[in-house]
Order: sequence, then C-alpha cells, then structure tokens
Amino acid sequence: MLNSVWIIPALPALSFVLVLFFGKRLPKRGAEIAITAVAASFIASCWAAVEWIDRVNAAEHGASIGAFFGKSVMFSGEGGAAVEPVVNSVTWWQNGGIDFGVGTYVDGLTVMMMFVVTLISLLVHIYSTGYMHDDRRYTWYYAGLSLFTASMLTLVVSAGTLQMLVGWELVGLCSFMLIGFWWEERENSRAAIKAFLMTRTGDIGLMIGIIVLFFAVGSFDIAKTNAYALNGASHHDILLVASVCLLIGIMGKSGQFPLHTWLPDAMAGPTPVSALIHAATMVVAGVYLGARLYPVFYEGFSIFNGGINMMALVGGITILVGASLAFVQRDIKKVLAYSTISQLGYMILALGVGAWVAAVFHLFTHAIFKALLFLGAGSVSHGGTHHSFDMREMGGLRKKMPITFWTFIIGSLALAGIFPLAGFWSKDEILVNAGSNGFELFLVVGLAGAFLTAAYMTRCVYLTFFGEYRGHHHPHESERSITTPLVILAGLTIVAGLINAAPLGIEKFTEWVEPTTNFPDLVHAEFDAPLAIISVSIALFAIGVMSYFLFRREESSALKGLTQRNRLARTGYTLLERKYYIDYLYENIIVEGIREPIARAMYWVNQNVIDALVNLVGRSAVRVGRFAYENIDQKGIDRAINASAAEFGVAGGELQRIQSGSVQRYALYIFAAVGAISVALFVLSVA
Amino acid sequence: MTLFDEWALTLAVFLPLVGMALVLLIPRGQETAVKAVALITSLVTLGVGVGILTQFNYGKARALQFSVNESWIDVINSRFHLGIDGISLPLLILSMLIVPLCIIYSWNHFPEPHNPKAFLALILLLEVGMNGTFVSQDLILFFIFFEVVLLPMFFMIGVWGGPNREYASIKFFLFTLFGSALMLVAFLALFFTSKEATFDMVRLAQFGGSGIDHTTQLLIFAGLFLGFAIKVPMFPFHTWLPDAHTEAPTVGSVLLAAVLLKLGTYGFIRIALPILPDAAEAWAPWIGLLAVIGIIYGALCCLAQRDMKRLIAFSSVSHMGFVMLGIATLTSFGINAAVFGMVAHGLITGMLFFVAGSVGERYHTREMGRLGGLLTQAPKLGWILGFSAMASLGLPGLAGFWGEFPAILAAYEPANLANGLFGTSNLVTFRSFMIVAAIGTVLAAGYLLWMLQRVAFGKPKPEFEATHIHDVHASEWIAWTPILVLIVVLGIFPGLLFSITDGAASSLTKVFGG
Repeated sequence: MLNSVWIIPALPALSFVLVLFFGKRLPKRGAEIAITAVAASFIASCWAAVEWIDRVNAAEHGASIGAFFGKSVMFSGEGGAAVEPVVNSVTWWQNGGIDFGVGTYVDGLTVMMMFVVTLISLLVHIYSTGYMHDDRRYTWYYAGLSLFTASMLTLVVSAGTLQMLVGWELVGLCSFMLIGFWWEERENSRAAIKAFLMTRTGDIGLMIGIIVLFFAVGSFDIAKTNAYALNGASHHDILLVASVCLLIGIMGKSGQFPLHTWLPDAMAGPTPVSALIHAATMVVAGVYLGARLYPVFYEGFSIFNGGINMMALVGGITILVGASLAFVQRDIKKVLAYSTISQLGYMILALGVGAWVAAVFHLFTHAIFKALLFLGAGSVSHGGTHHSFDMREMGGLRKKMPITFWTFIIGSLALAGIFPLAGFWSKDEILVNAGSNGFELFLVVGLAGAFLTAAYMTRCVYLTFFGEYRGHHHPHESERSITTPLVILAGLTIVAGLINAAPLGIEKFTEWVEPTTNFPDLVHAEFDAPLAIISVSIALFAIGVMSYFLFRREESSALKGLTQRNRLARTGYTLLERKYYIDYLYENIIVEGIREPIARAMYWVNQNVIDALVNLVGRSAVRVGRFAYENIDQKGIDRAINASAAEFGVAGGELQRIQSGSVQRYALYIFAAVGAISVALFVLSVA
Repeated sequence: MTLFDEWALTLAVFLPLVGMALVLLIPRGQETAVKAVALITSLVTLGVGVGILTQFNYGKARALQFSVNESWIDVINSRFHLGIDGISLPLLILSMLIVPLCIIYSWNHFPEPHNPKAFLALILLLEVGMNGTFVSQDLILFFIFFEVVLLPMFFMIGVWGGPNREYASIKFFLFTLFGSALMLVAFLALFFTSKEATFDMVRLAQFGGSGIDHTTQLLIFAGLFLGFAIKVPMFPFHTWLPDAHTEAPTVGSVLLAAVLLKLGTYGFIRIALPILPDAAEAWAPWIGLLAVIGIIYGALCCLAQRDMKRLIAFSSVSHMGFVMLGIATLTSFGINAAVFGMVAHGLITGMLFFVAGSVGERYHTREMGRLGGLLTQAPKLGWILGFSAMASLGLPGLAGFWGEFPAILAAYEPANLANGLFGTSNLVTFRSFMIVAAIGTVLAAGYLLWMLQRVAFGKPKPEFEATHIHDVHASEWIAWTPILVLIVVLGIFPGLLFSITDGAASSLTKVFGG
C-alpha cells in the first residue's frame, strides 16, 4: 500500500468526474459515489497507516537486533532507528533534458495527514446527506467535496514542492467554489473572492520560496530539499530568504496574522464545508508545509538558537489576535473561525519554537475537535434556529438538542485544553516544549491564549445552549445522519490525545509520525506536571470567571454598561469590533485603491497618452504623406488599387465603404515612411 | 523520406488555399455547400496535422523535420524552405485545430452582414498565412505569410465587426504593417550584412550574427523587435489590440488571440534570438522590462474595463507579458515556458473570447454592469466561463499554469548574468522582474474573478430577468469541447508539450549558456 498511495487521491478525483457528469441521474444524486470513494480512500489510508506502523516497528526491531550484534546502527533523534520514507515518482515534465517527477512521498506525517483528511472528509460527506439534503445544487456540492478531497490528498502525498503548489492552489480553488456556493448573494461571492485573492497574495511568497529552493537544491524533491537544508554546506542566507517567502505563503493559507482576515468571511460557505476545509484540513495545509519542509525553516530561522524568530512571532501574534476577536462575535461560526485562526497560531508557534511533534499533534487533535465544533454549530442551526448562526437567536438549546449539546461541550472543553481531552495533551506539549527550548516569552503567550480560549468558548456555549431560547422556531434535535458524525468525533476527541500522553508513558504519536531521516535533532521536553496544572487551572479559572458574569447577569447589559461607563473599554470594544481595522486597510484602501484610482489612471493613460500618440503618428503620417501623394503619387496607381480591390469585393456594400475609405492611401504613406526609414537604416548599417 | 514527409508541410499550408478557391467558385446562394467545403478543407488540413504528429520524430525534436527546400526566387537567393522542429510543431497544430473549431462555431450564426462565403474564404486564407508562418525557414517566405495574415483579419474586423469597426480595422492594419515593414528592412539588412547573402533562417542561425558588427546587430535587432513586438503586442505597442478585439466578430477575436498574437512571439524565438544572439543578450533586459510592465499594466487596465471582451483583450497584453518574460530570460526554462504559454494562451483566451461572444450574442450587450446571474440563466455557459477564467488566471492543473510558473522560475536565473538595467546586474534585474510578475498573478486573479462575479454570479438584472437565455448550443459544444479537454489534459500532463519543445528550446538556448 505504501507504494501505491496514489490511489488515495485518485479515488475522490475519479468520483469528482463521475459525480459531475453522471451524478444528477443517480438515485441519491451523486452522493453515493462520493461517499463510496472517500470511504474507500479512508480504508486505504488506514491500511497505509498500519503498514507504516509495521515499518516503524520493524525498523526498531531491526535496530535492537543490530545493537545486540554490536553492529553500527544509524540512530537519529531520540534513539529510534532511521525509517526511510517510501518515495515513488514518474516523469511529469522536462526541461533542459532533465525530468521533473510527480509522485508520492510517504512517511509518518503523510500517513497521519491522509488519515485525518479522509476521516473528516468521510464524516462530512455523511453529515451533508442530512444537512444539505434540500439544497438545489446537492450534486454539484458532492462533486466539489470530492474535488477538494482529491486535491488535499494530492497536496499531502506530494513528493515535490511544485506538486505541493499544485495541490495547494487546487484546494484554494475548491475553497473558493464552496465559500461562494450560494453565489446568488453578493456577500457570498465577495467572501469567496476575498479568500482566493488573499491566499493567492500569500502564494506569491510560496511560489518564490519554491523557486529559490529549486535553484539552491537543483530539484523540487522534498527529500533532497530537506537534505540540502541540513547539509552544513548550504547557504544560510538562501534558507532564510526561502523560509520567509514560504512563511508568507503559510500566512495566507493558514490564516496567520496579517493575512487572516479571509477566514472569518469564508464562513459564508455551507457549514460542513467550514468544518472540512476551513477548520480541519485545508487551512492546516500551511502548517503541513511548515512541518514537511521543517529543516528549511529550522535552519533558515535558526530555531535552535532559542531566540525570537519570525515564525514563532507570527504564530504568537495570531494566537492573541484570533482569540481576542473571537470574543465580540455574534455569529457562532465566526467565533469558531477566529478560534481556528488562534489555534493555527499555536501550531505555527510550535513549529517556530522547535516543537515539531507538538505542532503536528495539535494539528491532529484540533482537526478532530474543531470539526466536531463546526458540525455541532451546523446542527444547532439545522435543528435549532432554522439556518441562522446568530447566537442572539439561540439560547436554551441544551434540553432540546441533547446530543448536539453534549458533543459540543466535549469539543469546547477539548479546545479549552481541559484534562484529559485531546486538546489538553497537544496544547500542553506545545507549552512545555516552548518553555524547555528557551522560548519563555512564547510560553507566556500560549498561556494567555489558553485563558482567552477558555473564556470565549464559555461565552459561546452559554449563549447557544443556556438561558432562554430567543429564536422564533421550534428547536429539535437533528437527524441521525447529523448526530452520528458528532458522536464519533466526540468519542475521538476523548481518546485521541491519549496516543501521545507522556505521563502515561505512551508516545506512540512521536514514534510513528516524527521523521527520522533528513530531520533536525529535536529535543523532546519531558512532561511537566506543574505546567500542566497551571494551564488547566488558567482555563478553569477563565471558565469560572466567564460563567460567573454570564449566569449572574445578561451578557448584553453587562457589556453595554461597561462600554458606556468606561471609555477605555469602549475604545477596546470598537477596536475589536472593527477587527483591528485590518480589513479596512485591505478592502477600502488597498483593493479599492488599486481598482478605482490606480486602474482608472492606467486606463486613462492608455487612452489619452499612448493611444493618442498612436493616433497622432497616424494623422501626421497622413499629413506628411499628402504632400508626397499630391506630387508623386499619380491617380493611376490609386485607381489600379481600387480596381483590384473592387474585384475582391466579395462582401458587397460594407466592403465598398471601406474600400472607398483611405486605407490603401494610408498604407501607401506608411510604406513611403518606412521606405525613408529603411534608407536611413541602410546608410547607418552599411556605413 | 516518404511521400508524406515530402509533402506534408506544403499540404498544410496550401490546402486551405485550395479550399478557399473552391469556396469562391461556389455560388453565393449555396450556403451549405460553402460551409461544408470550408469545414472539410480545414478538417483535412487538421488531418495532415495529425499525420505530422504521428510521423514526427520526437527524439530529434531539435532538428528540422519534414523539410522542403526548393529553389524559388533565385535572383535574391530566396528559397522555398519549409520545416518544423519542436517549437513550431505545437503552434502549427494549434493553428490547424482552431480554424475548424471556428468554422463549426460560426456554422449557424454568422455575424452581420452574414455572407458566409466571404467570411469562410477569409478564414481559410488566414489559415494559409498562419500555417505558412510557422513552417517557413526562409525570411522572405516568412514575411509573405506573416503579411498574408493581415489582409483577411483586416476585412473580418472591417466588415463583420462592431460599431467602431472602421477605425479598429484600419488601426490594426496600419499598426502591424508599420511593424512588419521595419521587420522587412531588418531582413534585408541581414541579407546584406551577414557572411553569405541568404534569407535562409537555418543558415543565418548557424552564422549567429558573426561578421556583423555589434552596433549594426543592435539596430537590426531593433527592427525585428518592433515588427514582432507590435504583433505580440508588447507594451507600449499594444493599443491596436483592445480596439481590434472589441470590434472584431467572435471568431475573429478567437483567431486573433489564439494564433495571430503568437506570430510575434514565435518570430522572436525562431528568428530574432538565434540569428542575432549577441544583440538578443543586449536587448534582453529591456525586453524583460517591457514584458513585466505589460503584465502589470495590462492587468490594471483590465480592472478599469466595463466591456467583457475589452477586458479579455487587455488580459492578453498581460499574459503575453509572461511569454515575453520567458523569452527574455534566454534560458531553456524560459523558452519552454514561452511556447507552452503561447499554446495555453491560445486555447484559454480563445475560449474566453468564444464565451464572451456567446454571452454578447444572447444578451445583446457585453457590458458587465448590465450582466449578472449567467449561472442561473445558462448554467453550463456560466461554468465554462468560470472554468476558462480559472485556467486564465494560471490555476495549477490547467494549462495556463505551465506557461506562467516556469517563466517566473526562469527569471530567477537568466542566462546572461552581467549587464542588467540601471547599473544593476542582470541577475538583480530579472529577480526584480520575477517578483513583479508574481504580483501580476494576483492581479490576474483579481480581474478575472471580478469579471466572473459581475457576469456569472448574483441574480440576473431586471432588464434580463424575463429574457430566455439559451444554454450552450450543439455547435458550441462541438467547437468548445476539444479546447476544454486540451486545457485540462495539458494542465495535468504538461510533459506532453514540454517533451516536444524541450529539445529545440535547449539547443536554441545553448548559445546563451542557458
């Protein structure tokens, strides 16, 4: 299986084509093909995962035997034996006699990503049969999901950076299509275009980063690129430039400050899409890129130094920006979107502080519990508020929608980092590594983020499920197709963290996923009980304080009172409500600036300067030529041309009109002018 | 040499001429016969193209194949020399493919004032010129074919065009004529100054400008440059293009975008670069500069457009900028990207013009402010527009990407590392170009998605709410399917095209050390 993982993206790709062309004629309108394909991909991914684990175990077994016989065994990292990735490729294109390949690169990271993508995708496919049932573009929706899954998997299995770029852009396309899924509303198409343009702005960086690395390494190959980065002879400057460029690409795709503002707007798409694309998979593509080419960043940013570097800084700022903005949202999906931004910040921060395993582990757990939360929000709107996500129309849904409520609570607690749910283990691992690698500042940022996270999730849960119902419908629990994925994800949220629970002596995730070849020697921090207790206490404290305020008084009155009484609070609130004015800068100043004054000015120049010059030249040629014409050109020539043109007069009157115009004469003048220039040129060149 | 090898190119060039003669012989009333003859002619020509594709020796794509070399005008030592290598082949096939598709598209709706006989005769004449240009290996021959193209396009715009057709057609004609006249001067200068008095492109390329002093080389190159740059068109010689496109009938725009613009870029690759390599190196940074200005400038002008067709016309200026940037790097990456970009632009922009024409025909306006909701009224047409827009903005997985990305990549390391612009090294110069070009890809996404939003998304405007908009017709499906399929196939398997061009591109750039 590890040698034929190409089949995993190929199945949904095939499904895309089938659903697109034949879906409408099928009894389930194409959903059956899409679900079958992604289920098959999921099984294949599990199979690949099992084979990979076998491979790791075999290598370790071999290593212990090797040690026993006293042979030299290549050790790397924390003493695990080297497990080579499985690479396959075929020729894709060629240049200068060199072939560039397209293929698959399978190691623990790939296998983990394939598992996550196909798992979440499968659950979203199932969920959507209920959620999207009455949509008029149901078939098209499934085609879009299939294409997305295929593109994302292509990105994940890529053997080269250029191939990654292809997958990267294709998931962007799918994101565009699915954000703008209800394109009749202008707001939705606007959000879709915004997402596409912002990520593409980041892609300038990605593209240039790939090019820089290509010329340094001489190949797009991931293994060679990583080997180059770790090779002491490589140029640090080149790696730094490449890292900065790639990081810009990551910022765009993974919603990092300051290119994050498209992600909340992307919530205009259907909720299952938000869960799949804008929470669990596509937005982590940036993190995945960071993890995949980690040696480049590690060396480029000199992460081993323990100083402040751009990657950790971007992640740290993003944590706080995202978490603070999540507070003032009224739309439940926007709360979750800002939360996603903030959590992606944790992952980038983790990469930036040398906590590779923690970053990837957080990617893994976050995918599960954030998908759960998004699907839960979808369930709330489906059964509770009749397609509204405004939390002011919710409230009191805890009794009416018990399954949604309990699963949502589990997801929220995991997000807040409460022991022993998945989010606790991964977040704790980030914090402890940040501390032990000497990034104390970022440890503090991470703890502050933990406080904010717990607080805004408490607010969100309270507004949605507690208090009195404020909507105008008859809330009821959603159907089975919707609740089943919730229950499965909730179950996974409870147990998933345990595969890397250090205090229990389980470090399977590290063992299976962390690369052992072409990878920097990272130190893994020991589990730190006091730190874990502190972070959980901070989260619990936040929940407590927030609950106190919320349950004691109506939140709205408390906030209103505060912002009216206190100017600082008012300024702060406005700043948050206006999203730090970043969107204003992008949309009103940059985009409108280019589209209106700059583009119009260019076009004005085009019409009134360049083109006017052309017309002037034409007219002058006529004037100059008229003199020559009247003196030199005899009417006979003109008549001859007219006669021959009349013979060609196939097009009747229209043609005649042009014929009777002065084209031939103009042409003649031009030839005369050119003749003069030619003579001059001849003289010049012969002389 | 089989019989086919000897005659293939001659057939490819002159079959359309025979078809044209036949069309002219048929009485005007018998429209079906006229159409049938024209279509069959173009299909037979395409058949010859398919034959060439199967017989072409891909292992030796760098060498001229299917050569014909007969004496022609002995007085000036000009010969009837035809031949194709890996660079000409894709363009020749593109030209052969687009013509029958245009005829099929026009089948039931010829633009006013109708007259299919004249229209089809002109298209076939156009094909003679286009095919001839791509296979000529003699400068005089090349020049004649290059000029033959001008006339039919002039009449297509001038007779079947929009309200402002006279101005546009005259401008098109004179502007390009001006350029080609200077080009002719340059050809003559080559004839007189090079080691041997010949117009043979192969011979001249072998000399590589040796024996001509440097200043003269620069001057001759400037003449060639003007001729080709106007045809491409490069900034600031592009102003004929938007007018020509806006006024031209749909098929005229398609042919113009798909094939005619490539004559200019092809000229650079086939004639200017190999024959005067030293001058090319000297001019390259300037060409690169104009190319990236064109990329940004064209894109910004797109953002200011209200007419859909005019927007697509300006997008051509931007896209051809990428092709020219690739050429200006003088590397194999750049030349390969340029040829790929030409084919991709031909398919994609041709497709966009088809859709714009169909939209205009249905709504009787192409003004984007009045359009909207195409996806609700004609969903398939809307999706095809969306698909073409995505291809045009260079989405990986579709053909446009492979013209853009390698061109940007090539600019990171141009062949000649010294002597850039404004006192910098060429490396710095071109790396700056690379960044500008990369920014251009974002602007491309901007204007194309903006067009998509205004035309396809949203709801129909009140004035068209009740109008019945017919979705894609059968003739449109037949004409478009091959293009759509090729855009996908070339996007997924770029090697299909790169494997053909690479040999020729690599040997061409050897002289530049690229």
